[in-house]
Amino acid sequence: MVVSILHRATGIALSVAGLAILSWWLMALALGPAAYATFDKAAHSPVGLVVLVGLTWSFFQHLLSGIRHLSMDTGAAFELGVNKRFAVLTLVGSIVLTVLLWAWLLGYVK
Amino acid sequence: MSIGESSTPLGKVRGLGSAREGGEHWLTERITSIALLLLGSWFIASLLLLPGLDPHTLAEWLKGPTGAIPMALLVIVGFKHALDGMKVFVDDYVHEPGSNFVINTLLLFAAVAGAAIALYALAALAFGGAQ
Repeated sequence: MVVSILHRATGIALSVAGLAILSWWLMALALGPAAYATFDKAAHSPVGLVVLVGLTWSFFQHLLSGIRHLSMDTGAAFELGVNKRFAVLTLVGSIVLTVLLWAWLLGYVK
Repeated sequence: MSIGESSTPLGKVRGLGSAREGGEHWLTERITSIALLLLGSWFIASLLLLPGLDPHTLAEWLKGPTGAIPMALLVIVGFKHALDGMKVFVDDYVHEPGSNFVINTLLLFAAVAGAAIALYALAALAFGGAQ
């Protein structure tokens, strides 16, 4: 149930904040160095990093629980044990992928 | 609506069960989700494979067809999927028809405007217009 609620919450976060930041990022790149510097400064601020890491996790969580929902649409994975394992797997997977991506982005992994 | 003895068979079932619409919305949401699975993976993989993440490298990447075309698709399909998902959320919690219509219409305007801004940025990068 938690994973199902998270699917909604992360979907809303990605729809509102995710797409707004993606559009801002593309516009900043198009407008040139001064505009990009403003975006870069915001992205590297403590709040900016928390938002970006949060959106990265939201992306992976929504993607993995989306795969879970697609497979359940076919009628699979409704048995309690399998269903729960699948749900837990999306949580573990999204955290692992977020940590790996940010470790790489911040230069800890090459 | 009365569901008493005087109701016709149609009157008893009207408002129950399928609304005879929504199937297409449901399917579209799932098809765009599969497209976004591919486009989202492409986006993450591209960031990992780029030689750097400085604005110059990023702009050069998005100027070329291998960057611009998938990114344009990511924007279009992303906003469409977001709009479809937000509609499910709104329809679940806003039952009053007037408010429901207003909120869904505002979301449609926001999604189209957002997609237009992002696509303008991509076009400006590719053809050189914004600077």
